[in-house]
Order: sequence, then C-alpha cells, then structure tokens
Amino acid sequence: MSGNGRDGQDGKDRRDRQGVRDMRDGRIVIVGASLAGLRAAEALRDEGFSGSLTLVGEEPHPPYDRPPLSKQVLLGRVRAQDCGLPARRETDAQWMLGVRATGLDPAGKRVLLGNGDQLPYDRLLIATGTRARPWPDSGEAALDGVFTLRTSDDAGRLAERLESGPRRVLVIGAGFTGSEIASACRERGLEVTVAERGRAPLIGALGATAGAFAATLQRAHGVDLRCEVTVTALRGSGGRLTGAEFSDGSRIDADVAVVALGAVRNTEWLADSGLAAGPRGVACDAGCRAFDMYGIVTDDIFVAGDVARFPHPLFEYQMLALEHWGNAVAQAEVAAHNMVSPATLRRPHLAVPAFWSSQFGLNIKSVGVPTFSDQVVIAQGSPEERRLVAVYGYRGRVTAAVSVNMAKWLDYYRHLIETAAPFPPGPGAADGVAGSEPVPSDVPDPHVLSHGPTVALTGHLPDRRLTLLRPDS
Amino acid sequence: MSADTLFRRISDYANRADPYPLYEELREKKVARQEDGSYLVGTYHEIATLLHDPRISSDRRNRTEPDDTLQGADQLPPAFISVDDPEHERLRSLVMRPFGPPHTPQRIDALHGDITRIAEELAGALRNEDSIDLVDDFAFPLPVTVICRLFGVPHDDVPQIHTWADAIVDSLDPAAGEDPAPRRNAALEARSAMGMYLGELAGKRRGHPTDDMLSALVNDESPQERLTQPELMSSMVLLLIAGHETTVNLITNGMLTLLRNPDALERLRNEPALMPGAVEELLRYEPPVQFLPQRTPLADIEVAGVTIPKGAPLILVLASGNRDPLRFPDPDRFEPAREDNQHFGFGSGIHSCFGAPLARIETQIALNTLLRHPGNPRLLEDPPPYRRSPVLRGPRHLPIAYT
Amino acid sequence: MRIAVDLNRCQGYAQCVFLAPGVFELHGDEALMYTPAPPADQRERVLRAAAACPVQAIVTGEPVGSEGPYVR
Repeated sequence: MSGNGRDGQDGKDRRDRQGVRDMRDGRIVIVGASLAGLRAAEALRDEGFSGSLTLVGEEPHPPYDRPPLSKQVLLGRVRAQDCGLPARRETDAQWMLGVRATGLDPAGKRVLLGNGDQLPYDRLLIATGTRARPWPDSGEAALDGVFTLRTSDDAGRLAERLESGPRRVLVIGAGFTGSEIASACRERGLEVTVAERGRAPLIGALGATAGAFAATLQRAHGVDLRCEVTVTALRGSGGRLTGAEFSDGSRIDADVAVVALGAVRNTEWLADSGLAAGPRGVACDAGCRAFDMYGIVTDDIFVAGDVARFPHPLFEYQMLALEHWGNAVAQAEVAAHNMVSPATLRRPHLAVPAFWSSQFGLNIKSVGVPTFSDQVVIAQGSPEERRLVAVYGYRGRVTAAVSVNMAKWLDYYRHLIETAAPFPPGPGAADGVAGSEPVPSDVPDPHVLSHGPTVALTGHLPDRRLTLLRPDS
Repeated sequence: MSADTLFRRISDYANRADPYPLYEELREKKVARQEDGSYLVGTYHEIATLLHDPRISSDRRNRTEPDDTLQGADQLPPAFISVDDPEHERLRSLVMRPFGPPHTPQRIDALHGDITRIAEELAGALRNEDSIDLVDDFAFPLPVTVICRLFGVPHDDVPQIHTWADAIVDSLDPAAGEDPAPRRNAALEARSAMGMYLGELAGKRRGHPTDDMLSALVNDESPQERLTQPELMSSMVLLLIAGHETTVNLITNGMLTLLRNPDALERLRNEPALMPGAVEELLRYEPPVQFLPQRTPLADIEVAGVTIPKGAPLILVLASGNRDPLRFPDPDRFEPAREDNQHFGFGSGIHSCFGAPLARIETQIALNTLLRHPGNPRLLEDPPPYRRSPVLRGPRHLPIAYT
Repeated sequence: MRIAVDLNRCQGYAQCVFLAPGVFELHGDEALMYTPAPPADQRERVLRAAAACPVQAIVTGEPVGSEGPYVR
C-alpha cells in the first residue's frame, strides 16, 4: 500500500478512526482486582471503551489500598477493612471476586476460572500482582503467632495480635515492609528483634550508604537489629510460637514472628499459557503488550502492575519489575490506553520509577532505580540531621535519588534522571553541603555488558514524551 | 541574547490592570535577559524546575551586584523567606510549631468559626450602602482582624500595625526613575518599629500566655533550639505583613473576577461546595504574588537553552506560569471547576507560602459570605484603580453597588 | 467516602493537615498519614483538603463496588 501523498495520509487517518471505533467495543477481561486492575478499568472508561468489562479477583474484597496496611493499620489507628480504594469514576464493570484464575488459553481467547467457568475475551489485561513469600518450613509457618503481611486480612490479623501486647515481635527480613513493621511495633512500645541476612536494612534496594543510615535509625529507636544472620528455626510449643534460633547460634523468645521475605509473583496460572511468564513476572514491551515464550509480542494480552516486567529506555532497556504503588497506577493507565488504541496512537510506559516508605518518623522517597548505580553521593542534608538527599549514578550519569524528609527537592533529581544528567551533580546546593564525595553505591551489580548510547526523555505531557539518544560525552 | 525592557514594562503602573499580554510575550521568549542584567522566567515547567533546584538561592547576599534593599540597615536578621537551608529550615520549622502541623495541626481549622463571624459582621454592615468599596469595607478589615487575633495583637494597636505594614510594602516597588532611598528608609524604620513592638508584646506574653500564636511561640517548652529575640521579631514582622497584604488582594481579585464572570458567580452562589476549587482557580488566574523577585543562581544554570550566570538576579514570574497554555488548557479562562490545577499561587518548593491554609480558608469564607449577601453586586469601575505594586498586585479600591 | 493519597506526588506541604486535621496528620516532620475511611462529618473538610493539595495527590470517592454488581 502506498503511504505517500495526501490520499495515503487521509486513508491512514480514516483507518485510524475506524480502528479506534472497533477497539472501543468488545470484551475486556482484567485478571487481578487490586490497584492496577481498578485503575486500568477506570482508565478504559476514560478512554471511551464502551464494551463489556469484567474484573476477576482472588480475594473476596473489593480493591483496597495496601500502603496503609503496614503503617496506620499496624499502629491500630485504622481498621484493615477500612482501606478500600476510592472509585475515581464509575466503571460499569462486572466484578468476579473470590474467584481465582487458573489458566489461560490464548488461542481460544479464554480465561479458565477456579469455579470451572471459562471467561471469553477480546483483549486481556494481566494484573495479578504478587503475594507474600511464605516461610519455607510449612510446619513452622503454621504455628500460631507466625504471620506474613500482604493482604488486608493479613494486616487485620497482625494488628489484632499486636494489640494484644506480645512480649517480643520477631521481624524476619529488613526490606521496606519489614522495616515498617518494626517501626510500627516500636511506636506501639513493643519489643522488636529484626533479623536480616544482609549487612544492613534496606541494603538490597538502596545500597550500603542508606543501609548504614537505616541501621543506625533502627537501633536509635530501640530495635534489636541483627544483621548477617538468618533464622534457622522457629520454635513452638503446643502449636504456638515461642521463639527462634539464628544462624549464629543465638536464640530469642518471641510470641509473634512476621515473615517479611519479599514477594512471589502470581504467574503460576499462566504456566501452560505459552506466555513469557515465570518467577520474575510476565514479560511485556514498553507498551504493556505481553511477550509469548518465543519473545514474540502479542497484541491482545497486556500486563500491568507488580507482575509485569518491562524494558525501560532510561535504564538501558533492562527489564524492570517494580513492586511500586505508582508503577501500578501509571502502567495500568498506559495499558488501558493501548488496549483501545490502534498501533500508531499507542504510548510507551516511560514513567520514572518512584516509591516511598515511612518508618521511624521519617519520610523516605525514591526516584529512579537506586540499584542501577555504581556510585552514590549525599547531595543535600546529612545523616546527622536525619534529612538528606542521596543521589545515585551509573557510569557518570544520574540514575536515582533518595530523600529523607526532604521530599520538596526530589522533583529536581527526577529531572536529572530524565535528562541523563552527569553524575555527580554539580556543586552549588543552596544548603551549603561541601566536600561530600561520591562513594561506591554497593548495590547488586546492574550486570550491564554493553555500554550503549545514553537515552534521555523529553517533553512533559504523557502523549508527547519522547526518548532521544544522547551521544556520550 | 539582546536585553529587553519587559520587566520595566511589567513594573510600569500603566500596565498594572492587565499585565497578562506582557506575560505572554515573556513566555514566547521563555527566558528574557533584562537591560539591568536580571533574568525573567515565565513558562510553567521552567519555573517549576527552578523552584525545586537546590542551586537557586533565596538569599540576596549571593548576588554578584550587592543588593541592599531592606537589608543590613536595621537591626533585624533576615527572615526565613530570604535565607536558604539549613537556616531557612531551622527558622521556618520553629515558627511553624505554634502555627501548624505537626505540633499544632488544629489552630487554623479552629479559626473557622471566628473568621465566619467576622466576615458576616463586615458583610452585615454593607447592607444599607448602595455603593461600597469592597477593599476598605471588607477585603482589608477581614484578614487584618484575623491575623491580629491570631497573633494576639490588642485591638487598639491594629491601626498602628497597618501603618507600619503599608510603609514596608510600599518600599518593595520603587517607581522607575525615582530615588528609592526615602521609601527604603521609611520601610526600614517601620520594620524596626514593628519588630520592637512585637518583641515587647512577646515579652508580655512570656510566662503569661493568652490563647494565641505569639504566646504559644514564646512559651514553647520544646527541647529544640529556640528563636533568638531578633529572629522572633523578624519572623513575626514577616508573617504579619504577609498575612496582611496578600489575602486582601486575593479576596478583592476574587470578587473582581467573579463580577467579570457572571456565570461563574451564579454557579458558585448555587453550589457553595465548589468554592474551595474556585479559590484554587483564582490563585492560578489572579495570584496575589505575581512574581518572586529575589532568587539568585549559585552556579551558571541552563534554562531553556539560555545560561543564567551565577549571581545574576533571577525573577520567576509565577503569574505567567499560571497562564502557560503548555500546562493549562484555555489558560485565560476562569474555570471554577478546573481539574489538575497545580498552580503557583502560593509558589512551590521549600519557600511555598507559610500562611497558605489561612489565606485559603479566609478567601473561601469571604467569597461565600459576599455571594450570600442579598442583592446583585455590580462593578462600578472596570478596571478598578490598582495598588502600585506589580508584585503584590491587586485593586486599591473596588467600588461595587448592590442592586 | 474513601481516600487514597499518591504519596509519590506528596511533598509534605501539609495543606490537608491544616484543613482536615482529624483525617490527615504528619507523622514526624514530613510523612503523611491519613484515615482512608473518614467519618461522614469530615466530608466537607476532606474535600477542601483535596482541592488545596498543591500537587493534587489526594483521590476521594465512594468505595469501589458501591455501584455493584458483584458475581462470586
């Protein structure tokens, strides 16, 4: 077909308009009825989708907000069942809650359900998220007093137990969730032991500089923090947890243990689907379209939220899997847009990753990917003031920043990340920090083999954002 | 880039009633170097970036050409609006303790009833007049009464506070070609006198607290470091002036805007619940602080392809960013229910307006009270006569008739 | 009524805490905490707080699913 000349352009516009009309009708199924599923459903209606919309959720609850579960709920200020998400708009959707998706037949375009039903679709969005990684010993995990924290029900049970005044809480794992749990326990006046296999809390996400800061913070708040140890056994008596043994030979008494060992992606139901789905998530392109097991992109199956793995141009097109609230929202909106848009109008998911945590009275925020770094520098504030901005760089450009109680500055650093600005950032901070030198960021190696051209983002509006290649200086 | 005269034209009183065409001209240039070596920035995204850029100082002492406006000649140290972190953070958070969260989250919410009563009293007195000046009869006395009550300034002293505040605000905008010295000296004198007055008032409250912010400030038993007496004086002078002038203009600009947009006025009259959003739109559409004149880069910085040299005066034209069509659809339209309204009406970043929540509540209550007032208000003079200041821009009088 | 706050956007201006102190609070100097299901008598304050948020981070609405229908 000829793409030249005026007629060609008019013909293309006409086809686009027809394409838009077709795509706004039909049957869309969203598997996963949490934040990403909900926001995708709302965005689909915003985009003019007028066909049938069905959401399938394994939990019996309507979508709820998880961030408060490890904070307000554990502090006892908010009930777990009161964390339902607000509807941004009506979705006119059918909600199948308490129903588990057990399989997918992409050729027949059907989702198989745990109740034996089959759900036909024209386009599918996978937003099944993650679940808490369970304690590996199922007998010990079954002891009364052993908890995980992921769902609303988990949070309700744990909050109730904390309310009853346990003598000591053991938190296994000092990532963000584990640290927030420890913080809530201390604020409630409970004795807490935190066991972390790494050298410091948060080290896997933020590196050694932030890890050292977090360790100091926890100890200053009375946490019995034990690093470079693992829990080798949970002990019980009469079916109740009584304590734990550590790899260094020590043991403690504890009547509550919270297993905070990270998340497992909910992809098992896709095992026979022929999609590129596995323990690391479901792979998709920057437009949220799922890859099949051959790496060929599908055109009717989309992915969003914690379960997605997608290439990000700012991070050398590495496949990112982000367990972030903001990513779930942003990716769901891009997926929804692309599900009802012809190829020429599709958008990439280019949002700079961001997350927050609140613990021990501090507001910690991150932009970019701190693990994608080789160096870090404290650009503003200081650990002593408990207010700081740490900036991360990789091969001489800014890739991430973390603020502690200095959130108002973070937009500036996001801008540096988007524009692939040189690292370390130039001197001249108005708050007069002098002499801070970059140090190794000490995070897991980004494993980048090739040194490709640097990519930067331009534009402020979602539909006008572009990537551009910037020659390395 | 050739120097231009935009800033001179914006400052020219002849353009006070409608500076917006000049702002449009500014946005086309993005960054405009002025004949005096200063730089104007007027596009939304560039202003947003600069307001969050740690290399931008609010301390005029960082300028290459020393600028002695309101500095040095009186005994008071600079207030937190004109210093950088960590000094700014120390001062501002100490002053915040008796005013707002995290230590005193209830204070502003608790003023709701008082403000409503004062607004209704003032509106009630408008009843029998067929021509009123909205500024002198309503928009001025309301915030002044509220801020003096908040501070615990005795009623009889309020006129004196007002006289000092006028002198200080007056010095912010010396007219072109005029010798700025007399105004500046009057302002310095007023600032000292006001500081002394507030320092003495604070002294009386120390150990004998009444139910106000100043008492709470001087009797704060926190383990944190305290404000020194001069710091306390300069902080209180800043808040009293800021609480004075900007809210008057916000209320007046609000009524003026509603009278020019009868559909919006009618809609708000029928749906008072829209008022909070309408006040945000007003802050975008007619912000009481039009630009921030006292920023200075601490390094050469590039903005929209232009290098602004270290130490140069940098002026961020907030009111222009608020009308940037790249950020706000149909920006010259007053749309009370506008969505995604992240305006610069109170600035942004660490120096964003300290008193914003008070100004918001006062303006919401003021406009709702005026809209409930019986009769149909009508503008008697459009445009009305303006105050001199291009920064704290607003009508000096707003003659209105209720028919 | 339900509230969710996009704390990625939040920069700690605390306007919501001033305007609805019974629903929003600062935990420490900057971290925001809030009641996701505020009582009905706080509704007007919450709407004022949401309108005033300088970064428009506060989402309010009715609980999802209040429109139904559910299939189990």
